[in-house]
Amino acid sequence: MSTPAPTGTASSLWGLAILPILLLGAVLAYLVATGGGLRSLQGPPVEQVKIGRVTLPERGLIQVQLVNDGPQAITIPQVMVDDAFWSFTAEPPGPIPRLGSATLTIPYPWVEGEAHRVALLSNLGTVFEAEIPVAALTPRLDSSLFARFGLVGLYVGVVPVVLGMLWFPWMRRLSGRAMNFILALTVGLLVYLAIGTWLDAQEFAAELPAFWQGAPAVALIALIAVGALLAVGGKRREDEAPLGLSYRIAVGIGLHNLGEGLAIGAAFALGEAALGTFLILGFTLHNITEGVGIVAPLVKRSPGLKQFALLALVAGGPAILGTWIGGFAFNPVLATIFLALGLGAILQVVWEVGRLVVRNTGRLGLPVANWSNLGGFTVGVGLMYFTAFLVKF
Amino acid sequence: MSAWLRSLRSRRDVLRTGLGSAAALVGSVALGQSATHPAGHTPATPTPPVKGGAHAGHGNNLMVGKVDHARNGFDPMEVLTDWDTGQVSRLPSGQVLREYTMTALEKDIEIAPGVFFPAWTYNGRVPGPTLRCTEGDRLRITFNNHTSHPHTIHFHGVHPAEMDGVPGAGPGEIPPGGRFVYEFDAEPFGCHLYHCHATSLKRHIHKGMYGAFIVDPKGGRPPAREFVMVQNAFDTNFDGGNEVYAVNTVGFEFARRPIPIKKGELVRIYLVNILEFDLINSFHLHANFFNYYDTGTTLEPTLRIVDTIMQAQGQRGILEFTYKYPGNFMFHPHISEFTELGWMGSFQVVEPVNYAAALREAGVDAGWDRRATGGSTAGGRRA
Repeated sequence: MSTPAPTGTASSLWGLAILPILLLGAVLAYLVATGGGLRSLQGPPVEQVKIGRVTLPERGLIQVQLVNDGPQAITIPQVMVDDAFWSFTAEPPGPIPRLGSATLTIPYPWVEGEAHRVALLSNLGTVFEAEIPVAALTPRLDSSLFARFGLVGLYVGVVPVVLGMLWFPWMRRLSGRAMNFILALTVGLLVYLAIGTWLDAQEFAAELPAFWQGAPAVALIALIAVGALLAVGGKRREDEAPLGLSYRIAVGIGLHNLGEGLAIGAAFALGEAALGTFLILGFTLHNITEGVGIVAPLVKRSPGLKQFALLALVAGGPAILGTWIGGFAFNPVLATIFLALGLGAILQVVWEVGRLVVRNTGRLGLPVANWSNLGGFTVGVGLMYFTAFLVKF
Repeated sequence: MSAWLRSLRSRRDVLRTGLGSAAALVGSVALGQSATHPAGHTPATPTPPVKGGAHAGHGNNLMVGKVDHARNGFDPMEVLTDWDTGQVSRLPSGQVLREYTMTALEKDIEIAPGVFFPAWTYNGRVPGPTLRCTEGDRLRITFNNHTSHPHTIHFHGVHPAEMDGVPGAGPGEIPPGGRFVYEFDAEPFGCHLYHCHATSLKRHIHKGMYGAFIVDPKGGRPPAREFVMVQNAFDTNFDGGNEVYAVNTVGFEFARRPIPIKKGELVRIYLVNILEFDLINSFHLHANFFNYYDTGTTLEPTLRIVDTIMQAQGQRGILEFTYKYPGNFMFHPHISEFTELGWMGSFQVVEPVNYAAALREAGVDAGWDRRATGGSTAGGRRA
């Protein structure tokens, strides 16, 4: 027979909780002090550096940001540019501690429109390389460029969403069956966006220093976002559901568009204006279906122009923000987090719109997997897939 | 979305997107194209080079900082003139006997300021000692292996098979803790080299086990200021390609400290190419021409009045020239890549009256000057 656990005083409770921590401290102290008898197992030092942003702030100047994500401090005593040792200054100077970062400034006469390669040589001879694919001045934050980048975000994000929403009056005249087709189509395009967002998030995650653990972080953030949105959704009143659903679709798409904006802004920052502008046209076309998806749940309501404007801003506005961030202050950590959140938001609305389709199909007395639903889904995926031809290289 | 971001990494991909140029034109009009061409931008002043650098030419193409030669245990500037002529005695036959001791040691050496290379060395230095003797001398080289790998000494020259220092001949590879005495007569005269011939050959060479082996002709060569320059390089990340190029090991050392020579005097360079991973190295002299003795095995130049010669792996020769004007004159391989990766230096040509000051500036003493001009007939420590 088990005896009931003794109930102690508060102080004895704390004592029991702290004891393992104290013992852990003792073990760690022992390991640090003596090596725990494992000294002979220690191999040669491992050097690891993640090169972050490489910028060209002025003519004749290259700046390299790096993070030491190796297990011990690292020194970068020499720098090579295009296979030539080059003078440089480091800020802060000296060894870079684990998880520490530094900015190297190299006075190198880079050539507009050409490719350059920067290599960092560690004190143990390890080489870390970064490439400048097309040399061009890194855009600097000034009001006119800020406005132009904002305009790019507007074209890519807000305009196509608004244009897509203009199908709303037409959609209202559709039969229940046709409307269900449109909702299935929305599910299709959201599924496409979910997959795309996942892949993009993984790409940014791969750029992160190892200690961020990018790949699992994306999955976990997305999972937590889905959970949080479902928990919030559980408290919602039934009668405001359609508008709420539209907003949640808009939020998911908005976070996805933020990622698109990041990419476009970064393209300009990398100096490839031609590709960037080509992408603008592609994205504008690609994103027009997003407006359809956002207003699809609203066909039985008349929420008013103000709500439509707000929805367009929620879904399209982040593209503007993304373009600014990508162009002026690209940060793979934020990019990864935003995209992971976007993935979670999209998955949650896939779930909600999916349930709507199932409910409507039930009302029509049809099986869920019927040709109309499947057709809508396929058209939705297909639209996104084929318009993406314009923006994939 | 950002898949194309990655594709941007390749210049070719970017050019390919020219296909979308019609669309690009629309976009660039919308953007006023100023993302890439900000109007009225003035060129930046490059940050000043780090103190102690850029003594000679080539702007900011330099290494930052200085190498601690004392810690290394050798100085490339001293290596230029420190001939090892061995311990000299005579055999009963009257033949000159030169005895050397060479010890294989593992040592981290600083090959560029702040960059350390886990070298395998002869006598703790790279290149190993410059063995110098006269044609016909009997050489007795005691080799001790104080490392954790088998090594040999393979001498270029004429000698019996068991003295060749290769696996399978004579004692073959000398194991860790092992010892062997190589003994043979020095022939033919010339500018030769020695190196470890243990397998894997590439690694044993590029890790630093080599040095110059100079055999003087019996009658000597005309008096001159003499230097030995061993062209070498280091694969610091062991990827089969070199990161740092140099003569006498330390990148840009003679750019930081130009070599002092006198206007009008004959200069003779014993040049050895022991580069690994690159097929060819070369030597180009600025504002001058030189005579070249291929392998140094002739007393007459094999090439006259040239300013660039090339040497494949293991090739070597002797250069002779005289400077007509005072000033700072570069020398480097005419393989620009190696030049910019550390194999570059210069001669500081001065009037004879200014020579003492030039020696001080280069951080060398009268002993260095004496060894440089000691003549080509090898002396040595008396037994």
